[in-house]
Amino acid sequence: MSATMTATAPAAGLASALEIRGLVKEYVAGKPVLRGVDLAVPAEGITAIIGPSGTGKSTLIRCINRLVEPTRGSIKLHGEELTGLSGRGLRLARRRIGMVFQEYNLVERLSVMENVLSGRLGYVPLWRAWLRKYPQADIDRAFMLLDAVGLPEHATRRADALSGGQRQRVGIARALMQRPDILLADEPTSSLDPRTAVEVLELLTRLTAAEGVPVIINIHNVDLAKRYARRIVGMSGGSVIFDGPPEELETHHLRAIYGGEDWM
Amino acid sequence: MNAMPAAQPDPMAPLRREWTRLTPAQRISRWLVWLVCAAAVLWAVRSIDIIPEFLEDAPEQMADLLVRMWPPDIAHYYPAVHEALIETLHIATLGTVFCFTLAVPLALLAARNICTIRPLNTLAQLGLVASRSVNSLVWALLFVAIFGPGAAAGVFAIAFRSVGFVGKLLSEALEETSHGPREALRASGASWGAEMLKGVWPQVQPAFWGIALFRWDINVRESAVLGLVGAGGIGLVLDDAINFFQWERVATVLLAILAVVLLAELVVTRIRARLI
Repeated sequence: MSATMTATAPAAGLASALEIRGLVKEYVAGKPVLRGVDLAVPAEGITAIIGPSGTGKSTLIRCINRLVEPTRGSIKLHGEELTGLSGRGLRLARRRIGMVFQEYNLVERLSVMENVLSGRLGYVPLWRAWLRKYPQADIDRAFMLLDAVGLPEHATRRADALSGGQRQRVGIARALMQRPDILLADEPTSSLDPRTAVEVLELLTRLTAAEGVPVIINIHNVDLAKRYARRIVGMSGGSVIFDGPPEELETHHLRAIYGGEDWM
Repeated sequence: MNAMPAAQPDPMAPLRREWTRLTPAQRISRWLVWLVCAAAVLWAVRSIDIIPEFLEDAPEQMADLLVRMWPPDIAHYYPAVHEALIETLHIATLGTVFCFTLAVPLALLAARNICTIRPLNTLAQLGLVASRSVNSLVWALLFVAIFGPGAAAGVFAIAFRSVGFVGKLLSEALEETSHGPREALRASGASWGAEMLKGVWPQVQPAFWGIALFRWDINVRESAVLGLVGAGGIGLVLDDAINFFQWERVATVLLAILAVVLLAELVVTRIRARLI
């Protein structure tokens, strides 16, 4: 954390949903990918993390739901420490954290409906999942979400029959099925064409705002980040070097984040 | 660079790059492999003593056997051959079902992406190899010694021989599953069981049924010979007929086996085509 160009501190007073302190991740001992990241994510709106490839954006996001095991530091979701959890405690915490992936990560051979319902696997007992006897309330919500993401007529189609944009919509519905306290999105639009990317982000913004779910999103496209995020976090070399609202992200910040300027 | 020599050497020569698929060392080692193969064949031919006289009158013997077999003793089919045939099918089916109760846990342990404890992977693989390295006739001999002669020994022989085959193919199918869906389910707080059920099983399902049918098909053929060592099924009838030189009956049994194997093959290919 050498030269943090924090433009404005995260709005004080507003309770943050997620608080990360001194997060370090070393895949190889002595070679940190994250070098002590501090980040507070507000209880609503989209927080976009930008930065060059390999700078640890994905690692940061995966440390939150512990798909990647952090080396040091603290991550608190609504005050609950996530780093020490294991077993059942970890699963209960993960239920509250939705995630959307770059490659959608749907179960290809299952129907759209079952993919959406699988967002409830942390809640329903195994036998119900096995017999596909999900509670009616879950099924109702799944239909509601399928309507919301614009795929009501695709419920019984197999996931592998969908286009990329449709798959990501299913991915969003699955994540919201958890009724999460926070949503993580790891490059959700990087595999999509520009128009579909905008549509998916539009949808993500609208639905999470309606449900009051804060979002952390890794994104390569700076313009999209500025357009949809309420706050931008710029990372470089495993550290946060910009943290502020999109209006304050200027050329010299981008130069510091991505290095060079020929690309701009 | 200033004056061109008289013999006009190609001015592009220094720029030309050569490409060969293999390095000289690779080429030599390929030749060596071929040499070893040829030597192995030569050695094999020299070491199995073929008696020329026997080879010479083999066609004659064969013709004699076929003449003795013709016409097949169709009357013998029912009930002796028929019942033995049904028993053979039962042995194959039960053996296949039973093999899965052992093969599924072993496959899960052997798949390196499912079980991350390396010594357990190795142990499971060892178990699978052990099962495969013993022929079903040898398994049958063992189980005849344990259970006494009969179909039970046959079922166990088929099951234990199949475990290695089914377990290996299954663990490979498991290792080929994509990690993404599992990761997504884990991220949503799903338990290990739910992750297996909804993330892994749908991915291996076609392979699973394909393997089951394929192995059943093989087991029908294998269980046809188990009777030779007293483990029940149609092999027993065949053995008796051969021992009493009842060649018309032998022909009947062989035809019956052929018919069943063809039928099994037909059924299995039909179902497999629908599955995938």
